Amino acid sequence: MSKKALLEVNNLKQYFPIKGGLFGGTVNHVKAVDDISFVVYEGETVSVVGESGCGKSTTGRAILRLDDPTSGDILFDGENLLGLNKAKMRKKRKDLQIIFQDPYASLNPRQTVRQILEEALEIQNVVSRKERRQKVEDLLQTVGIGAHQMDRYPHEFSGGQRQRIGIARALSVDPKLVICDEAVSALDVSIQAQVLNLLKELQQKFQLTYLFISHDLGVVRHISDRIIVMYLGKIVEIGDKDSLFENPQHPYTRALLSAIPSINVGEKKKERIILKGDVPSPIDPPAGCRFHTRCPYAMDRCAVEEPKLHSLSEVEHKAACHLLEDGPYDYS
Amino acid sequence: MTISNQENILEVRNLCTSFFTDEGEVKAVDGVDFSIEKGKTIGIVGESGSGKSITSLSIMRLVQEPAGKVVDGEIVFKGENLLTKTKKEMRDIRGNKISMIFQEPMTSLNPTLTCGEQIAESLRIHQKLNRKEARVKAIEMLKLVGIPSPEKRVKQYPFELSGGMRQRVMIAIALACNPELLIADEPTTALDVTIQAQILELIKKLQEELGTSLMIITHDLGVVAEMCDRVAVMYCGKVVEYADVKTIFTDPKHPYTIGLLNSVPRHDLKVEGELSVIKGSVPSPFELPSGCRFVTRCPHAREICHRELPALETKEDGNQVRCWIHTDQWEKQAEAVSTHE
Ligand SMILES: Nc1ncnc2c1ncn2[C@@H]1O[C@H](COP(=O)(O)OP(=O)(O)OP(=O)(O)O)[C@@H](O)[C@H]1O
Ligand SMILES: Nc1ncnc2c1ncn2[C@@H]1O[C@H](COP(=O)(O)OP(=O)(O)OP(=O)(O)O)[C@@H](O)[C@H]1O
Ligand code: SF4
Ligand code: SF4
Ligand SMILES: [Mg+2]
Ligand SMILES: [Mg+2]
Repeated sequence: MSKKALLEVNNLKQYFPIKGGLFGGTVNHVKAVDDISFVVYEGETVSVVGESGCGKSTTGRAILRLDDPTSGDILFDGENLLGLNKAKMRKKRKDLQIIFQDPYASLNPRQTVRQILEEALEIQNVVSRKERRQKVEDLLQTVGIGAHQMDRYPHEFSGGQRQRIGIARALSVDPKLVICDEAVSALDVSIQAQVLNLLKELQQKFQLTYLFISHDLGVVRHISDRIIVMYLGKIVEIGDKDSLFENPQHPYTRALLSAIPSINVGEKKKERIILKGDVPSPIDPPAGCRFHTRCPYAMDRCAVEEPKLHSLSEVEHKAACHLLEDGPYDYS
Repeated sequence: MTISNQENILEVRNLCTSFFTDEGEVKAVDGVDFSIEKGKTIGIVGESGSGKSITSLSIMRLVQEPAGKVVDGEIVFKGENLLTKTKKEMRDIRGNKISMIFQEPMTSLNPTLTCGEQIAESLRIHQKLNRKEARVKAIEMLKLVGIPSPEKRVKQYPFELSGGMRQRVMIAIALACNPELLIADEPTTALDVTIQAQILELIKKLQEELGTSLMIITHDLGVVAEMCDRVAVMYCGKVVEYADVKTIFTDPKHPYTIGLLNSVPRHDLKVEGELSVIKGSVPSPFELPSGCRFVTRCPHAREICHRELPALETKEDGNQVRCWIHTDQWEKQAEAVSTHE
């Protein structure tokens, strides 16, 4: 199977100005996303993980052009989204949808489920007026909500059901790429499992491509084909799911994975790597390797020289660390 | 009369806490029993809305009246029923003998007081320390919870600290008076995993040093597996299973516990295919099924489950489960088609 790139992000930077000073000018920048590049192939799920504030949501928002990126290219189906004018971008949104963490905040409380979905269909002009009702019924059935519930308001549904409505709305316009930003994070474990299964089922049925943003590495391992690990606005490791989980190479990824509490009682626990201190501010991120202030392996050069992404294997596993210059590092 | 086991620091018996709303009574906690052995850690898990937080607020006597009220039961702390204490007696117990850590430190820290002042305040009230002694002790506490340059931090306000630091300050306040019981409601849920690992390690270490008994409420089963000796699983205001941690994770008995564990996506295992799920969702507190509360979602439900609420039965090993399957009744029951929605 030859892989076709659906989304290509090249050297994306998103700096947010900080206003201040005597004249209210820009005194500094939050370097939320700082020169990242990656590809998402058609039909796959790529997850973005990392700690709060590392730039996951900003990346998703930049792709949808909800913010205007500082620099870089975002190629979607070969077309540079950053070159489109507002009207063209609005049309393009039909192909790129987003599902948020809090379904409640993203659904209009004054509209019934039917109105919410009909409005989405109308804006993108997907089907004729006559067909709309049927399409709404079909959509709700796809996500497991009965047609008899279609005239209810969002508050009359449970959290998991509301997330299903959010999914139905995203799917209503037949998108190609769906960005899921913490889409299951607010749900109870038992409901989360239902929604994850639904997302997988819909992916197969409609050949969807997912960019899945999450801080839950269990969820990520379940849903992804490939994984991007970010730290302070940079990609530190990227690879297919199995090599990343079974053979993490960046010291940060290793610490992150070892920090997750496991439900394996009794079995011998893997050594936990406890990191010192907090994540530094993205306003003045550390020079050199951004992780050097917390890295147990930091060397002198790490404070001055930024590491490149080094290729580690044939399966596109890469990590940005000086230890990996000559290939995988022996951590044992 | 109150008979209590000397080994137990806390015994909760038939605790019932309700909210009286316009739509009717919400039995948030509905006949909950459990106990905590001295120096041990128990975890409380369960679906959102199952009554975990209200259980802990009831123990602290912090349920917001008049909308909410403890309507029945006993909370026996070191042999004495907390429900018969006066407001003043409770104030002496809270923060002194029993402390609580909340999920969101920002809402429970006082934004107008420095970190040092907040710790010192509690020490001055409960331990009758003077201003200077309290200040010294406050710095000591901040050092104990791993805050770097504590002499500088005592003078800072909560908003000047990161989330992890604020959570540490909360822990410092909670432990300042060396409480015998610490209740932590989702203590690390708002934190990143690498910071969570630091905080959990800290709590464990302090518990070992100070001999504190611990009650942790969390939806993170990994946290429970790593921290707790015993685990209570709640569903719709009731404890459905209470057992030692090993049994809960390796040989769970209640269908809800089993379903819950199976639906956790694993970061530490290679698993292919669909996640197993518990179908449906939690019933509204106004439309609770008669009989077993889990009957609308249980794959094993039989006729008796619809009719009668199973009791929380204690097994020989001391573990408890609330399910007809684990009674003599079960085999006598003809297999009946369950009536799911
Ligand atoms: N509009 C904005 N103006 C200024 N700073 C911003 C803006 N949006 C995001 N940031 C900052 O950019 C950084 C990255 O934020 P982002 O929301 O992408 O993080 P995240 O990885 O999604 O985190 P979380 O897991 O908490 O959702 C943070 O430091 C954040 O405070
Ligand atoms: N002030 C209130 N008024 C009415 N009902 C309330 C009030 N506070 C809580 N409840 C109800 O009591 C029940 C138990 O709530 P509780 O906060 O203990 O749940 P929980 O198990 O802690 O859930 P979560 O995991 O979401 O924190 C819920 O049904 C909730 O809606
Ligand atoms: S480059 Fe240096 S500081 Fe950065 S992760 Fe590698 S060893 Fe650590
Ligand atoms: S009592 Fe019946 S319905 Fe309830 S958990 Fe047991 S088998 Fe299921
Ligand atoms: Mg985010
Ligand atoms: Mg709660």
